[in-house]
Parts: sequence; C-alpha cells; structure tokens
Amino acid sequence: MVKPSKQIIRPYGDRRDDGVVQLSFTLPVPLSEKAKEAAAVFAKKMGFSDVKVAAAERAADNYTFFVVYARSGMYLDYAEIDVPEVIVKKMSFDDLNAFIKEKVGRRIVVFGACTGTDTHTVGIDAILNMKGYAGDYGLERYPGFEAYNLGSQVPNEDLIKKALAKNADAILVSQVVTQRDVHKDNSRQFIDAAKAAGIHGKVQLLLGGPRVDHKLALELGFDAGFGPGTKPSDVANYIVHALLKKEGKEPHGMHYQGEPT
Amino acid sequence: MPGPFIEDAQIDHARKLAEEIVNPIFDLIRRNTTVSTERTVLRFFGISGAGARGVPLANLMVDKLKAAGVLNKGAAYWYGRALHLGAKSPLEAVEKLTALPTDKLGALPPEQEQNLREEVRAEARAAMEDMKSRIAQREELRKQFPMSPAPHKYVIVATGNIYDDVDQARAAAQAGADVIAVIRSTAQSLLDYVPHGATTEGYGGTYATQENFRIMREALDEESRKLKRYIQLTNYSSGLCMSEIAFCAAYEKLDMLLNDAMYGILFRDINMRRTFIDQYFSRRICAMAGIIINTGEDNYITTADAYDAAHTVIASQFINECFAKRAGLKDWQLGIGHSYEIDPYRDDTLLLELSQAMLVRRCFPDAPLKYMPPTKHKETDIFFSHAYDVMADLVAIWTRQGIQLLGMMTEAMHTPLLADRYVALKSASYIHRAARGIDEEFTVREDGKIANRAREVFGQAMKLLQECRDEGMVAAIGKGHFGDVKREETGGKGLDGVLEKAPDYFNPFLELLEAA
Ligand code: B12
Repeated sequence: MVKPSKQIIRPYGDRRDDGVVQLSFTLPVPLSEKAKEAAAVFAKKMGFSDVKVAAAERAADNYTFFVVYARSGMYLDYAEIDVPEVIVKKMSFDDLNAFIKEKVGRRIVVFGACTGTDTHTVGIDAILNMKGYAGDYGLERYPGFEAYNLGSQVPNEDLIKKALAKNADAILVSQVVTQRDVHKDNSRQFIDAAKAAGIHGKVQLLLGGPRVDHKLALELGFDAGFGPGTKPSDVANYIVHALLKKEGKEPHGMHYQGEPT
Repeated sequence: MPGPFIEDAQIDHARKLAEEIVNPIFDLIRRNTTVSTERTVLRFFGISGAGARGVPLANLMVDKLKAAGVLNKGAAYWYGRALHLGAKSPLEAVEKLTALPTDKLGALPPEQEQNLREEVRAEARAAMEDMKSRIAQREELRKQFPMSPAPHKYVIVATGNIYDDVDQARAAAQAGADVIAVIRSTAQSLLDYVPHGATTEGYGGTYATQENFRIMREALDEESRKLKRYIQLTNYSSGLCMSEIAFCAAYEKLDMLLNDAMYGILFRDINMRRTFIDQYFSRRICAMAGIIINTGEDNYITTADAYDAAHTVIASQFINECFAKRAGLKDWQLGIGHSYEIDPYRDDTLLLELSQAMLVRRCFPDAPLKYMPPTKHKETDIFFSHAYDVMADLVAIWTRQGIQLLGMMTEAMHTPLLADRYVALKSASYIHRAARGIDEEFTVREDGKIANRAREVFGQAMKLLQECRDEGMVAAIGKGHFGDVKREETGGKGLDGVLEKAPDYFNPFLELLEAA
C-alpha cells in the first residue's frame, strides 16, 4: 500500500494551525494572584505558550480550580497514524442469519459474562440479551446464534469451563470498572486461564467495555476489543466474519462495518 | 403544588395494596431472626471490638452460639448467661461463653431465667439511654447550626482512604455541599461481618466501619462549626449487615443511611428472607436515631429502561414506604429514591422527567425524597454531561426534592475529582437560587403531556401493585418486575444466617424499639 504524503496538523481553535487547547486542573493552594501565576507557570512548563488563565475559582479553602487556554507548538503527521482499515459492509439482521445458515451451516455458539469482581451487567446484556441496545437486537434474538449470558462477577475459569462444555465459537468478556487498572489485570488473568485451557487462538476471544478499544484488547491477548456505543449487530457481524476467516471461507483483508479498528 | 393528576383516593388505594403486599412478609419477620440481627444486639451491649485476625467479637460469639444450636433464644439471653458466669467485661463474656461446652447451655430454673432477663433488660435500657444521649448531641449541633434550605446538595467521596475522604469532604462542604456520602468498598455488601478500624486502602471506597464513621463525623462536626451550617453525613446500610451498620451509624451520629427493603435482593443477590428480616431491625434503629433513610428505586432504571420501567419505581416506593412505616419511621425520615434517567435522545425528556418527579411528589407529599442525577446515559463528553445535569437541578428545585444527589460531569469515566464536585455545586446553587418557587408560578395543565404521562405511569404502577398483592412479593420478584432482575426465595447469599426464633426468644432492644 502506498503511503499518502505528509499531512501536518495541529489543534484547531479559531483558525487553522493556531494550536489552541483548553485545559482544566486544580492546584492544592488557596485562590490568590500567586496561585494564578502558578497555574500559568505550570502550563508553560508543559510546553504551552500564550497562556491565558481564563478562570481561577475557589474550589475550597485550600484548592483552586483553573480553566486555562493556551497554544501548543506541537504538530503531527496525520499520514503516519496507522490504524487498520474499516467499513466495507455490515449485513442486516435477516441477511446475516441467512448468511450464517448458508456459509456456517449451524448455529454459532457464544458465551459471555462480566468477569472478576465487576458487577456491571448492562453492557454485556446489551450485546447478548434479546432486547439488545439502541433498537438493535441482541445476539439471543438471532436464529443464527446460540447465546449464553452468565451474568456478573463470574470467575474467568468458570466462564471458560462452561464455554468449553458447549464447544463455544466465541467468548465475550465485559469489563467496566477500571479503577487501578483492575480491568487489565482481570483480562490478563482471563487470557492466562484461556491459555491453560488450550483455547487461546482457537476460540474467538472478545473483550468489551467503556474503557476498552481494539488496540488494548489485542495487547492483552484477545482477538478483538469493543468500546462504548458498540451495537450487538457489530459484534454479530464481526464474529461471523472472524469465524469464516478462520475456516478459510473468506478472503483475508475483508472488513465489515463495525469491526473494531 | 404540581397538579393533582390523580385522585387522593387512588393514592390511598395504592397504600392499601402495599400494606397487603407487606403483611405476609411481616409473619416471616416476626418468626425469624438472623445472625446479623443478633450481632447488632451484642454491639448494643458494647461488644464492638475485634479478636484475633480482626474477626469482630460479635461474630465470634454469634457463630459459637449458632454452632451450638442455641442462637434461636437470642444473643441477649446468652449475654446474660455469660454475665452470670461472672464475666466482668464484654470481652470476658465472649470468652466465657465460647469456652463453655455445649451441654452446659441448657435452661436455668424458671425463676433464675426470669431474673436474668430482667437484669439484661435493665442493661439494655441503660445502653439505649447512652445511645440516645449521643444522638441528642447531634440534635444540639443541628439546632445551633441550621442546615441550608432544601434541596440538600449531596455529593460523594470515594478515594478509598478515609483520611483522604476527610480532605475531600471538607473541601466539598466549603464549596457548598450539604450532605457527604462516603462510598463503600466494592465488595462489602457480601461480607457477613462489619470490618474493624480505619480504612486506608479501600477499593472503590472505604469500608463502612464504626471507626470510619467516627473519623468522618468528627471532621464534619468541626467543619459545621466553622461554616456555621450543619453538614450531614451518610453511608450504606445495605448488604448482609444492614442492622449492624445502622447501629454503628446511630452510635456515631450519622444523619442518613442508604437503606432499602429490596436493594440487596435485586442488586447484590442477597437472599430475600435474610434481607426482609434484616431491613426491619435496621429501620427500627434508624427510626429511633432520627436517621433519614434513602431508598434505592433509582437503581431499577439503571438496569431496566427508565421510560418503560417508570411505574416499577412508583410501585416499589409504596412498598418501601410501607416497610418503613411499619418499622416506625416517620414521613420526614423517608428519602424515597428516584432519578432523572430517561435516555436524553428521546423527545420530551424534560417533560417526562418533570412528570415522574411531580408524580413522586404527589404520592409522597411529606417525605423529603431523594433525587438522583443522570448516570446511565452520561457521556464522556463532559460539556454535554454538565448541561444534562443542570436539567436535573431544575427538576429538583421545581418538584421540591429534599435531598438531591448532584450529577458529576465525569460520571461516565471515574469517581469524582475534587473539581467535578465544585463545578456541580456551583451550578446547582445557581439553579436553585434562580428557580426557587417556580412550582408556585406555573400550574401544570391537567390535559397536557406531563399530567397524562403521570396518570399513565400511576395506572401501570397500580396494576403492578395489584399483581404483587395477588401473587405475592416473592413471585413478583421472581418474575423480574423490579429492575428486570429475577430472584428466588431460597436463592442468593446469606440464607444460612436466618433462623427461626425459639418460643422464648429474647431481644430486649427490639422490645424497646417497638415500644417507642
Ligand atoms: C449502572 C451503573 C451501576 C449499577 C450496575 C447495575 C448492573 N447490574 O449493571 C450499580 C448501581 C449496581 C453500580 C455499582 C457500582 N459502580 Co457503577 N455505574 C453504573 C453506570 C451509571 C452506568 C453503566 C452502564 O450501565 N452503562 C451502559 C452500558 C450499555 O454501557 P457499557 O457498559 O459501556 O457497555 C457498552 C460498551 O462498552 C460495550 N460493551 C460492554 N461490555 C462488553 C463486552 C463485550 C464482549 C462487547 C463486545 C461489548 C461490550 O457494549 C455496550 C453497549 O454499547 C456507570 C457510569 C456511566 N455512565 O458509565 C457507573 C460506573 C461504571 N460505576 C462505577 C463504580 C465505581 C461502581 C461501584 C464500584 C461503586 C461502589 N463503590 O460500590 C459499584 C460496582 C461494584 C462492583 N463490584 O462492580 C464507576 C467506575 C469507575 C471506574 N472507571 O472504574 C462508574 C464509571 C461511575 C463513576 N463515575 O464513578 N454501577
């Protein structure tokens, strides 16, 4: 693939390349002229110029909250940003079911849960349950899928064991709480357990949650990652496509709309 | 006053249905006790310490009595027996009793039994007096430094370290907060004991412990004096230790508690029987201690859709109210929960939210009500999120909410930063100042969207109450009517901590609380 030529960009405030950014932060000092100057110095130390401390507010006796506008001299070459291509085609509910029937020839088995200590089920429910999300049906509703939702606080090993027992094609892990990177630790533990069970690289392993993206999921050892706003149909299309790719029934380099980038 | 919308007789009927729904559950409550209820009794007697490896003494003693198969007579009875064995301190009482072989635990001659109970009753009265004098101190401070007018602006602190929480709470109070909620460590609801001591490394919050309560209340007392405005403190009396936490909170002079008759069942998968029994004793304590309870109906519409499930909130509020009243709580103590949670991308959401909030006000005119901000549909676009919160501020003042949790613009990301609270407090104060009295200026038309929606929701709520009455509460929960969550009567955690009372069961604190 030919790389496009250089495309230098900077933040856009009011005019092209003015480099204007807005910042807000709190300093643990009482509001005063000195505090305002400290905020300006802090912004300059970060490399900003034309620093304007727009607001300095007494957030409490000993804390001042600042809103700062400043310019950055930084720029980047947009052409060098490398992200896999997206969007070719996403099938409708009926088309995808017909496609599964024709190409896969059986129901695709998926297991999902919110694992570890996390109790947030709304995200995984949105993907798996009948009702779905934002008017988009969940996987349970697809005749082409056999979906099992194990709920919340499921130990990683349990999810894997139950998925194995039904010969699952894909396992869906949801992680919502991210304090102290607990989602990463738990996800790594899931991957270790998947490796121990010998399913890593065999069963499609999907990670999802509000602070998850495809890149993070890949780094953690999953096959794909899905973030905020994911629709169940994105996940359904992706799984079918990944399955066919794995079985060699679909050309490489083919991408479906909704496939994580 | 926001509209009649519905007739008083309809509201009376809803209350009657709630009464009939709750009645059979009171049979269960009267016939049974729980390990946590019994531990609360021991805490009342001053057994608040912890033994080896941090196990609370109340747990040691109750577990021993349970293992011996005698807990069904009531921990207070055994506490009296221990005193008779010559125990000089609560700790010694535990030791003496736990050292006793099981065959030494038989009944005493009738007269001695009678005397023992009278002695324990006298001690219970003294303990209760001590408790009441502590609460009187709080009342004194409240009188000296009156609170700001409602809605009381409520914000959370959740650093995981109680000392950092104190700094954040003071800062919030200085920025205008009226109520500070200390968020609890994530897994505490499933612990069948109340941890001991100060928390410095909590996860997602600090443990609800008596010591943490004391530390925070002391700081807020100081801040109240400084600001000349009483700052309230709240925590969570939920999970497997509802009544023990209520005791600790009462003793440490907290002002409010999150306390719901069904939340543990639905959202923490705690056994139904256990929760119903525990909530009763915990609410008896709140009633005595002048603690305002906050119910958790707002949670239903984080799992279920806020528009479709609006009526489940109303139905559950009547049930929660009935449970509360039967535990002796007064209207002013009922922070009945609801929230601003309808998907903001729908049409008419301000009207729909006003309708719901006005309906709740209409049904519970004398309760403070606890209004929650948007959470589920919050976006990481903090500017939109902030505007969204401000709409909830407007509805709160318009419908005269007593307690208003302030929305945080970073809700969809992390627990609040210091500045998030500041920004929320500043704009809520502005809206409250700007719109106070708006409800008296505008009359809501009886044939408009707001009134029609209120009637529709109330009608569905009545149907649901009817169904709960006809089929029973257990079946209704089993069908997932509340929060789209299904639970079974014998499922969930903590059922093994429920036991049937012996005919001579003894609980002098329950006697005192029920007599009040
Ligand atoms: C509802 C809610 C709750 C409910 C959960 C009810 C339930 N059964 O799920 C209750 C009240 C129980 C709750 C409890 C707690 N919560 Co909460 N909660 C929320 C809230 C308001 C909404 C979450 C939600 O439902 N979003 C809607 C769904 C549809 O979005 P989603 O999860 O992102 O899912 C979408 C995508 O991410 C994706 N997706 C998600 N998973 C997966 C998986 C796969 C495989 C795929 C393909 C896609 C996918 O698809 C979904 C649809 O698009 C958020 C705040 C917010 N607005 O985000 C806080 C929030 C998540 N909670 C939070 C916290 C701290 C807690 C508690 C720890 C608080 C406490 N100390 O007790 C406890 C959790 C206890 C525990 N052990 O986990 C924090 C997390 C902070 C952090 N970054 O770590 C948040 C951000 C609030 C805050 N600002 O503090 N919470």
